Amino acid sequence: MSTLARPSSFNRHGVLAIYRFELARFRRTLWQSLVTPVITTSLYFVVFGAAIGSRMSEFGGVTYAAFIVPGLIMLSLFTESLNNASFGIYLPRFTGTIYEVLSAPVSAFEIVLAYVGAAATKSVILGLVILGTASVFVPIHIAHPVWMLGFLLLTAATFCLFGFTIGVWAKGFEQLQFIPMLVITPLTFLGGAFYSIDMLPPAWRTVSLFNPIVYLISGFRWCFYETADVGVGASLAATLGFFVLCLGAVVWIFRTGYRLKT
Amino acid sequence: MQSIISISGLTKTYASGLQALKTTSLEIGKGEIFALLGPNGAGKTTLISIICGIVTPTSGNVSVAGHDILRDYRASRAIIGLVPQELHTDMFETVWNTVGFSRGLFGRPRNPAHLEKVLRELSLWEKRNDKIMTLSGGMKRRVLIAKALAHEPEVLFLDEPTAGVDVELRRDMWALVRRLRADGVTIILTTHYIEEAEEMADRVGVISKGELILVEEKTRLMQKLGKKQMTLHLQEPMNAIPDALKDWKLVLKDKGNELEYNFDAREEGTGIPALLRRLAELGIGFKDLQTRQSSLEDIFVSLVHDRT
Repeated sequence: MSTLARPSSFNRHGVLAIYRFELARFRRTLWQSLVTPVITTSLYFVVFGAAIGSRMSEFGGVTYAAFIVPGLIMLSLFTESLNNASFGIYLPRFTGTIYEVLSAPVSAFEIVLAYVGAAATKSVILGLVILGTASVFVPIHIAHPVWMLGFLLLTAATFCLFGFTIGVWAKGFEQLQFIPMLVITPLTFLGGAFYSIDMLPPAWRTVSLFNPIVYLISGFRWCFYETADVGVGASLAATLGFFVLCLGAVVWIFRTGYRLKT
Repeated sequence: MQSIISISGLTKTYASGLQALKTTSLEIGKGEIFALLGPNGAGKTTLISIICGIVTPTSGNVSVAGHDILRDYRASRAIIGLVPQELHTDMFETVWNTVGFSRGLFGRPRNPAHLEKVLRELSLWEKRNDKIMTLSGGMKRRVLIAKALAHEPEVLFLDEPTAGVDVELRRDMWALVRRLRADGVTIILTTHYIEEAEEMADRVGVISKGELILVEEKTRLMQKLGKKQMTLHLQEPMNAIPDALKDWKLVLKDKGNELEYNFDAREEGTGIPALLRRLAELGIGFKDLQTRQSSLEDIFVSLVHDRT
């Protein structure tokens, strides 16, 4: 007993334990987790791509069906990241098993890294599955694959951090659903997921520019087709800014012990 | 006694204004079994939760094996195992996975042999592939103990370990506690079942309304505060205590059929032989004789009662 190996400055085993635990949770619900977005995406393609898209003009040489692919991926990425990350930390709070994580030799950074890392992993896998599904329906050309992956990872990480704060803040399952359903989904639909904001009347276009989601979708779409509603630099800045904002919220949570410790 | 946990000037006031812990100082020795006794809401769980890192102290210091619980939390928490009062479990996980998770969480590399030993000792080995939600309450309690022991802690906290636990598990648990103690593990348990403390503990701390009102070795505590009582069931009822027996503190009970003698366990000479001789001289006969030593429970009740 006296020859205990003290954990070094980074608790690798602890982070891996949480990460694996979260991915195991994902595996248990693999069927629902993957089938739902695949079916949803397919439905969007049937409705928007085939039925409506055939009557739409092309966007800078891109068919409408191909045009909505980045928006569809982002839509799923937002909601799945928020759901996975918020549920991942809310569940142990709800069941009380959080006591073990709080009493373990893991730092706040390691806890966030493990929970958010696992949730982001799920989201990125999901995003790629949707991309694969979409490529069955339309030929997809990715102009900047590295940037595309970069945007995918950064957005997943950002929304998982956001989800983590929701999971810490929520006092019940209804509150867990509140922000994804009432804030993110509408902003995404109004954020140019299925259209270019250039199609809007000038006044509404200006209003749209206050919607942060516009920048995220536009930047992601630029990686595919090099067409964008706003400059890619603005998109990157907005995504990074949102990331920093969410990171700040998480740092504050652990500084103050907000709703985690008494 | 080499101290493993040092608590000095510790207080906790919750945001609601509730002062759960008044200024508390305590040393817990390496390898001892320490029982924290107190009624519900006395502050037992708060004290434990602070040491384990779940509750932030308002003021004061705690160190575990020389490591400050705030500054050096990694080192202090790595050697602590906690079995919580409530049955908080991951319902959908298997026993094996949840125990392996705990070991990793506390920074230890995999060690299936150790986990097997822990699970066998807690009669959980056969259930290792079962989901926790399918287990009975007693089995879930065993799982929580297994989780707490997965990383081979040097200090084990058992918060109300036998609340709602059947006789068999209670017996197994005490066997485990003795084995752990033999291995040098320090054990701190909270309970409001006094017989538990009486049976297991080396030292007892009594906590009431957030205040540690007494810390004492169990045997000394019982000597110091323990009252002994002898009851004589008389052959003939007695109306009054004869003057010849004035030297002893005697009380007549049960309509004069019982003679009760209260004495202090600390006293060298109890006076019993002399009393019995005097009774024989006076021709007072008795059918039966009982002696009774007050339990820790009596002591505890009188202590807590005196304060209120």
